[in-house]
Amino acid sequence: MTTEKTAQSGDPANILRKVVSVQAPPATAWRVFTEKIGTWWPLATHKIGKAPAVNVVIEPHVGGRWYERGEDGSTCDWGRVLSWEPPSRLVLTWEISADWQHDPNLRTEVEVRFVAEGKDRTRVELEHRHLDRYGARRDEMRGIFDSEGGWSGLLASFAGAAGA
Amino acid sequence: MTHADRVLDALGDRTRRAVFKSLRAGARSVGEIADRMDVSRPAVSQHLRVLKMARLVTHRAEGTRRLYTVESRGIEALRRWLDGFWDETLAAYKVAAEQEATKERKR
Repeated sequence: MTTEKTAQSGDPANILRKVVSVQAPPATAWRVFTEKIGTWWPLATHKIGKAPAVNVVIEPHVGGRWYERGEDGSTCDWGRVLSWEPPSRLVLTWEISADWQHDPNLRTEVEVRFVAEGKDRTRVELEHRHLDRYGARRDEMRGIFDSEGGWSGLLASFAGAAGA
Repeated sequence: MTHADRVLDALGDRTRRAVFKSLRAGARSVGEIADRMDVSRPAVSQHLRVLKMARLVTHRAEGTRRLYTVESRGIEALRRWLDGFWDETLAAYKVAAEQEATKERKR
């Protein structure tokens, strides 16, 4: 059973990989991603709380919280820090369901690696894995499988935000 | 009946939900599902038919056996959505990281 599960999680369909190259040394790339995440994260569209969000925080240690802070002072958890290895590797849990709610029982993982490419350039590799953990959850089914009311609506709103 | 209704109906039945969940760990035949659940094979077949109509499961032939698995199209939709999500987020990150590096170089 355990091996089956591992094989399924290792299926490429369950992993999303992204790479971005930035003109900055790894230490800077790391610091902006972690300490300064609140300055660039698109909070207008990518947040889960009811209150307008004003900041995102990753607590700088293993076990630290990853959360958003609303303008009313409330906080909403997104996940936890699993690995904290500045300036090269960060692993976070992403406990956000397909309908954009925090769910501590839904643990996908986001790993970010910062690889030096010359003196002032860093390749940032992001891997979002265990996506299969979304697949068999009943509450998400409605959104995932209903292409008219669910994903396409979200996609449209994201496309609108991206084009703005 | 919309597709969403079909999905909710299909998963609204406790036994059917258990049949669906039993496929999370991997592909199984009707007999294998029935043996683990104390449900007759014809009943399992009927539940699988409803799940299949809701596009929650699919099947493939392996030799003479027919194996059922969780339909992966939902995962594909999720991937497409997350793909756009991370593209947008990392684009914003790149701008911020490069601005910060420029500031540092000037110091």
